[in-house]
Amino acid sequence: MAYIDLQNDLPGIRGPMAFRPETAKPLNELAEILLHQQHDSLSCGEREMIGAYVSSLNDCFFCQNVHGAMAGHYFECDASLIDSIKHDYQSAPISDKLKALLAIAGSVQKGGQYVTPRQVEHAKKMDATDRDIHDTVLIAAAFCMFNRYVDGLNTWAPQDPQVYADRAAMRAADGYANLNAFK
Amino acid sequence: MPYIKVDENLPGIRALLAFSPETAEPLGVLTNLLLRSNDGLSMAERELIAAHVSYLNDCFYCHQSHGEIAVCYLNGDRQLVEQVKKDYSNAPVPDKLKSLLAIAASVQQGGKNVMPQQVEQARALGATDKEIHDTVLIAAAFCMFNRYVDGLAATTPPDLATYPPRASQVAEHGYGNHVFAASQPV
Repeated sequence: MAYIDLQNDLPGIRGPMAFRPETAKPLNELAEILLHQQHDSLSCGEREMIGAYVSSLNDCFFCQNVHGAMAGHYFECDASLIDSIKHDYQSAPISDKLKALLAIAGSVQKGGQYVTPRQVEHAKKMDATDRDIHDTVLIAAAFCMFNRYVDGLNTWAPQDPQVYADRAAMRAADGYANLNAFK
Repeated sequence: MPYIKVDENLPGIRALLAFSPETAEPLGVLTNLLLRSNDGLSMAERELIAAHVSYLNDCFYCHQSHGEIAVCYLNGDRQLVEQVKKDYSNAPVPDKLKSLLAIAASVQQGGKNVMPQQVEQARALGATDKEIHDTVLIAAAFCMFNRYVDGLAATTPPDLATYPPRASQVAEHGYGNHVFAASQPV
């Protein structure tokens, strides 16, 4: 049971968002810009994957499943590929640029100071732009917030992976801005 | 030196917000909602939570900045603010705030580190659901801000004298794009 009376039965982050819609609005606007909006050099799938990867490092079941399913939807791939990226991205069939950015995201998850100049240089060598690096760090940082929000209030999460897969297409179409927690 | 090319005349997070004004917008709205409210927790209490979490995350720019903003709200009591940042259980602050700082410290480690007993303790000391919610979200948000600042190696002004003018600016005008759009306070 959640640590506070959310006055609703919604799963994961949707519970606290319905409890306090005023703070939900900028949180969803941030997610929209970071994950869903058109981007010159990072696809939606890549950005969702960064979020899912950080959420798995933070051991946040709800978030890694929501965003893992989003990445799977955009990549049009099996859940097993998403899992293999989460567990061992260096060996996964993804671009060297995405691997370099996931390394940075992994460092951000531990703490900002863990990102090294070498990691950043390597990412730039793999064609990451300043915008790519900025967004990777901010996505990773934002998920360190979202994961703590979801687990810090002890929200509940559906256990069946299919629930998340079923919702991904809707979220990809609707995006995060003006998200209706009850939908 | 920052990992990306930003305006070198802007300190800390301000340079990052100027680099990405689009994301700066919701970040500013969120921060005003969380820190510029006296509904339940006071503005001083909110800034103390932010400063303590930033201290635990070892983000100097953030804990110094938000500590100085708390100083504005607490009649210049810098000693109190420093003690809350570093050792709140022995600070002369109410037990209810201490119980919420304990929750915030757990959030800093990870969401699952928050224990039911900590929440019960806060509730027993008079914390409402909204205050507990806001404590968790402030702590979580600062786990984001601290990583944003240090993850991009944003410039930390070494001169401590520059922090109070920026703090006064925020204490008067709140958060938002004015913190990077206007010339920096001295």
